[in-house]
Amino acid sequence: MKEFKILAVIIALVGITYYGIEPYAHSVMHPAVAPADFTFQDVKNVDTSLVGNEANGKVLVEANCIACHAIEKAGHPAVMPNADSAASYGVVPPDLSHAGRIYDKNYLANFIFDPVTAMHLQSKYNPENGKAFPMPSYNWMSPQDIMDVVAYLQSIAPKVADDKAGHKITFEAACGRCHNMQYAGIEATTPVDNLKTYMGATPPDLSQYIKSRGEHYLHSFINDPQILLKGTSMPRVGLTEKAQEEVIAYMEEVGDSKKAERESLGIWVMLYSAVFALLAYLWKRKIWEEVH
Amino acid sequence: MAEFKKADSMLEWFDQRLGVINFAKVMMSEYWIPKNINFLWAMGVLLTVLFTFLVVSGIFLLMYYKPDANMAFDSVNYTIMQEVAYGWLFRHIHAVGASVVFLIIYIHMFTGIYYGSYKKGREMIWISGMLLFMLFSAEGFSGYMLPWGQMSYWAAYVITEIFGGIPFIGDELVVWIRGNFYVADATLTRFFMLHVLLIPLAIIGAIVFHFYALRFPHVNNEQGEFFDFDKESEKYLAGDKKHSKVIPFWPVFLSKDIFVLGVFLIFFFYLVFFHYGFAMDPINFDKANGLKTPAHIYPEWYFLWSYEVLRGWFFEIAGISGKDLGLMAFGFANIIFLVLPWLDRSPMVKPANQRPYFKYWFWLMIADLMVLTEFGKLPPTGPNAWVGFGASLVFLVLFIALPFITKAEAKKVKGK
Ligand code: HEM
Repeated sequence: MKEFKILAVIIALVGITYYGIEPYAHSVMHPAVAPADFTFQDVKNVDTSLVGNEANGKVLVEANCIACHAIEKAGHPAVMPNADSAASYGVVPPDLSHAGRIYDKNYLANFIFDPVTAMHLQSKYNPENGKAFPMPSYNWMSPQDIMDVVAYLQSIAPKVADDKAGHKITFEAACGRCHNMQYAGIEATTPVDNLKTYMGATPPDLSQYIKSRGEHYLHSFINDPQILLKGTSMPRVGLTEKAQEEVIAYMEEVGDSKKAERESLGIWVMLYSAVFALLAYLWKRKIWEEVH
Repeated sequence: MAEFKKADSMLEWFDQRLGVINFAKVMMSEYWIPKNINFLWAMGVLLTVLFTFLVVSGIFLLMYYKPDANMAFDSVNYTIMQEVAYGWLFRHIHAVGASVVFLIIYIHMFTGIYYGSYKKGREMIWISGMLLFMLFSAEGFSGYMLPWGQMSYWAAYVITEIFGGIPFIGDELVVWIRGNFYVADATLTRFFMLHVLLIPLAIIGAIVFHFYALRFPHVNNEQGEFFDFDKESEKYLAGDKKHSKVIPFWPVFLSKDIFVLGVFLIFFFYLVFFHYGFAMDPINFDKANGLKTPAHIYPEWYFLWSYEVLRGWFFEIAGISGKDLGLMAFGFANIIFLVLPWLDRSPMVKPANQRPYFKYWFWLMIADLMVLTEFGKLPPTGPNAWVGFGASLVFLVLFIALPFITKAEAKKVKGK
């Protein structure tokens, strides 16, 4: 009985201390932020309830987009090698093959209308500092035309499997133009020197971000980087919730590749310890019977 | 040379040559421990086991770790954690073990303080124990640097910087410790050497010394009772095991310890596999970058209390800068436990709760250490800075007052 009391005191003291220096201290150092918003309702220049016409969208895309963007899946290869396009635009323009799948519809439409506002990068690109984002605003296009473009992009985007290979495709489409992922052998498609000029700093390698930032942080951060890192030059990329989950899943598959092994082995080792403790208890009882 | 008769058994063969039977008696079956003890007396054996875990997992890590500022991070986080079969397991055991060993050390230390196991002949046990505490601290600090992450780098930066406060030689000392003007490759390689060779050797030596120091005064017991071990052990050997106040180390004492160990291992492996964040700080999964200071720098949890004693002094008093005051307080905090046997002037060897004054001192000290630990982690801004200062001051006052409190206690209990 007395031993249980001692144990209770120790557990209480250790528990209080643990609570203070772990969950509590972290909540002070990293205050909670507004929940991620996957509807992107703050940008509403385009009426996204309009039903898009894929055929007209195709015509518009071919007239307006493929001068800069590749769309491999629709038979439009890159206009020039990555190094050259990075030199011309500052960053390699994305291949739009997956755009219709990974970007939220509302975000995508409003991005075409006014990229800088959609990305929350007004502090980086504004008339005062004279910097302009490489892609022009299509605010002269009618909302119907914009929705046609969106509909077309959605129609050509291939589905991907819900496995590591599929997650990789999403990751590369969403993050791969700027970020390296050394542990997966992924190198940013934009050469590092261009990136540094374009972003103001080299975007970090993401190999261990699942550990250093954790899933919870990434969930808010990718959705809207400005909330957690005011002034960062990383854009809000506008991923759908599903695409973002695939990106994070890939970061975990690369950065914490032994998770499944760890968790299944863990149960067995704990069970083994429990059996060990039980046998030790029986042995101890037998031995101490003689002396008590 | 003595004459050897042909041995009839393997045991006898070894006994003739190594005296194993007598050795086992002296070390195990006739090494006497009081019967009147609780599970807190198993902490020493837990520590021995944990140290063994650390050595074994460390040896495996050493096979793939690369002590080089350009390679260290990836050798740990990629090669060991993801490529080598079960490399992650060894790293988790090592990192969690290094953190948990301090939890057990603190429980062990405060058990010693609570039961008064540091005085009346047990001073050398205490001193050797404190020596182990210091060596483990150095081992923990040097090891934390090795993954060469952001926290490795900046904790190393901040802690080595502390030595710069020592008068006259401070600046040179910092450069001498780092092997460079800033924390760099030379710092990593020398701390690597300390971590895998010099300090572990010293720890092994200190453990042997600690065990030896236990031998003559004997282990204390739950009531602080002094009795004649020879008489009690004779009783035991004569078969009166129930009335004897002692038990042999093997098998009786260890049977209990092994059970406590079993329960502890369930908890330990839970941490290793499912809850290791407290021992492997997320910030340390960012590669060291000397140009980018993290928003919050804090040491491992077991250094937080003394770190807060250092940080608590943030304003000038009587012309002495806050930084210097903090350094002095920090120096005080790091040696004061060592001289505890001489600060406690009361002859009572009893559990703290049975001592009229000491009990208040003991629980206040525990509470103060908990407050210091907590505020050592929180950002030192606004009211936090003042709480830190208050707790740091209380710490000093507690230890300065201890001789007077215990002297008064000695008088009250009339020297018993
Ligand atoms: C990791 C290092 C250490 C190891 C392996 C270790 C091991 C042991 C062992 C096996 C015992 C005997 C049984 C017991 O009471 O647990 C013991 C007793 C003791 N240790 Fe340690 N110890 C360590 C660190 C320390 C530290 C840091 C202190 C405090 C400064 C300390 C102070 C004591 C005292 C005072 C006793 C005697 C307890 C009594 O008489 O009841 N030890 N130690």
